[in-house]
Amino acid sequence: MSTDVARDIGYSKSEIMIAASARQLAGVKNCFVGVGLPNIVCNLSQRTVTPELQLVYESGVYGARPERLPLSIGDPTLATGSTAITSMFELFAFYLQAGLIDVAFLGGAQIDRHGNLNTTVIGDYANPKVRLPGSGGACEIAIHAKQILVIMRQAQRSFVERLDFRTSPGHSGDPAHDAARGWHGSGPTSVVTDLGTYAFDAATGEMTLVTLHPGVTLDDVRANMGWEPRVAEELGETPPPTPEELRLIREELDPLGVYTK
Amino acid sequence: MSKVTTMQDAVRDLVRDGDTVAIEGFTHLICFAAGHEIIRQRRRDLTLARMTPDVVYDQMIGAGVASKLIFSWMGNPGVGNLHAVRRRIEKADPEPLEIEEYSHFGMVCRYMAGAANLPFFPIRSYYESDIPTVNPKIVPMTSPYDPNDEVYVVPPLKPDVAIVAAQRADAEGDTQIWGLLGCQKEVAFAARKVIVVVEEVVEESTIRQDPNRTVIPGAVVDAVVEEPFSCHPSFTQGYYDRDNAFYLEWDRIAKDPATLEAWYDEWVYGLGNHREYVEKFGDAYWDRLRPTPAPSGEVDYGRYA
Repeated sequence: MSTDVARDIGYSKSEIMIAASARQLAGVKNCFVGVGLPNIVCNLSQRTVTPELQLVYESGVYGARPERLPLSIGDPTLATGSTAITSMFELFAFYLQAGLIDVAFLGGAQIDRHGNLNTTVIGDYANPKVRLPGSGGACEIAIHAKQILVIMRQAQRSFVERLDFRTSPGHSGDPAHDAARGWHGSGPTSVVTDLGTYAFDAATGEMTLVTLHPGVTLDDVRANMGWEPRVAEELGETPPPTPEELRLIREELDPLGVYTK
Repeated sequence: MSKVTTMQDAVRDLVRDGDTVAIEGFTHLICFAAGHEIIRQRRRDLTLARMTPDVVYDQMIGAGVASKLIFSWMGNPGVGNLHAVRRRIEKADPEPLEIEEYSHFGMVCRYMAGAANLPFFPIRSYYESDIPTVNPKIVPMTSPYDPNDEVYVVPPLKPDVAIVAAQRADAEGDTQIWGLLGCQKEVAFAARKVIVVVEEVVEESTIRQDPNRTVIPGAVVDAVVEEPFSCHPSFTQGYYDRDNAFYLEWDRIAKDPATLEAWYDEWVYGLGNHREYVEKFGDAYWDRLRPTPAPSGEVDYGRYA
């Protein structure tokens, strides 16, 4: 699907990714937010399906009510008017490690079929081709947030058969092993890309295509991932963004189109 | 006893070649002015520690002050890469940079162990991650109380010098912060020497009027520097906004080594101190970064005489 096709149908790839992700937060209380698309997703969800959503930022903010789109996870607009500001130790120890976080968003340069993520390095660690940012909080977030939602654009180089480095653990491929881990986290439950949405198969922990975005074919998906995708028996179509969702994104959340162009 | 001094004197007296130096602050309260002064005084062979090496360490590492970096996330937040740091890691250009990496929680707990005088700190992280395979200081340990419960431990981090920005302190170094706290408290208690850099030096009575807001006591502070706008392009809550345009601009500056050298000449070596940096931008520039007021409500501590 080209960007032009997307424009013809009235919304961009980013906008359908945001809308599809925001709906998945229905019923969630505490959500660990990242910068960029996840930030818009959470703010859209707060204004639509889940008004009680508490936005938690690893910078130590609980219950943020940003008055402008934060350009970093430490933006001053997150502090003013929030429910609480904690030390970073408290945020990671009392909120995350103790199991208060329902959902967190993660992404990365590489993901594999079990939702393991690489944000550390492309190539060999000691002689990197590309040095990436590293874990930040992702490693412990992956372990402790009850559910992980992944938002990533899909490509051969990012949806890979084998990660160059496993920064943050996903499913192991052995559900019995995963159940015995004793973590708060159940690992990634969903992946939303610019082509479709995925869940994870209960029996194998494998990423499974659940819906295609309007206008996208299975061949488009195959052309943009490094393994043969598992496909749900009843493959659906992602509902497009509603006019109200588009209005909120364009007029309130990202009026300059920083993240949604 | 007043510990008030200038940035030049604080860096000259307290930061030595080969030291481990931590300029902390999580997006908020990152003391760029101290980084510039360390570059200007041409310190060498530093080990720089920081949870989020961002533009301040790109500037310092690009200028050649450091040989090693200890961190948990490196990047230009919301923008992209640190070009000067990446050149050194990926291509040893112009020289190699040793790295030692953790996750955020691991770095926080290294400071906690340092501050609390503990031999290590246990955390539930790193399970089934490759991070411990590239950092032998992250070690699995079985709980002495439950043979089935495994944690990872990280070692204490006690920087030779911590440089902590804050809104205000008194002359003894009793320091108050509001907004994002980062690891300012933990790194100050963990470090052997502490430089506090504030927007305003205030009377002791101002501090005593709101003791819950005191994050760092003067007991662990060696120098107090009053330096308005010392965090630019980072921010000081209630004083000035994050200069997001500068973070974007840094991507262009640092990408090309020649442009980067010209930036150092114009903005660091070509200036005597941070006051000249502030004046060079001009009043109108700073006016644009000033927030409108949002004062806290007052609480009543009560008087018990």
